[in-house]
Amino acid sequence: MIRNGSQVTYETRGDTMVVRVGGEIDHHNAVTVRTGIDERLTAERPQKVMLELSAVDFMDSSGLGLIMGRYALVKQYGGSLAVLDPSPAVLKIIKLAGMERMVSILRTKVKK
Amino acid sequence: MRLSLPSLSVNEGMARSAVAAFCAQLNPTAVEIADIKCAVSEAVTNCIVHAYRDTVGEIAITVKLCEGRLIQIEIRDKGCGIEDVKQAREPLFTTDAEGERSGMGFTVMESFCDGVSVSSRVGRGTTVTLLKRLHK
Repeated sequence: MIRNGSQVTYETRGDTMVVRVGGEIDHHNAVTVRTGIDERLTAERPQKVMLELSAVDFMDSSGLGLIMGRYALVKQYGGSLAVLDPSPAVLKIIKLAGMERMVSILRTKVKK
Repeated sequence: MRLSLPSLSVNEGMARSAVAAFCAQLNPTAVEIADIKCAVSEAVTNCIVHAYRDTVGEIAITVKLCEGRLIQIEIRDKGCGIEDVKQAREPLFTTDAEGERSGMGFTVMESFCDGVSVSSRVGRGTTVTLLKRLHK
């Protein structure tokens, strides 16, 4: 699904929902992305949410708000959220904010 | 390079891409270009979210290529201005928590650039100047 420069797809496996975001996450795109994700999370309330960000080629601090907002939403209904395979651009800003101390960062892809 | 655009969020991508394209003539690394794009995006977003909150105004961007592979990027608005610049630059400070702003905009600019200066007058507007020195 193309949404103003960001793409979001969903895959549910048991109690885990993988939310794959690609493209650019800025203040403009974040609004649409978070509205779509929140609709799915609120409807399905998956216990584990994996926010897969390997295909994000640009993210500014609006992305930090996007991650923290979803983290709070999932935690509110008793679930857990992790960031999966962040791209270098995403990881750089996550580390700058010290967010890895709060949100789990998981890696499944081997660095090339 | 001079660029003037209305403070609409749809213009954020165009603003950072235009600045990056202009800077590309100095053959920066991919990381340097990514840093410039991110810092410009933060400054332009501040104009849209804070300076011109609930209204639309002009954002003026000027980019200069200086000696020693130094890039100077000036982002100017004529919006509401910042009452306390020192406080605004503190990490995690935001006046728009409901909009899921992280309060990290100035911290990102400072981390991704070699210099950031902010000049602001309440009711008159704000000018953010970013300095980025490229590796030789």
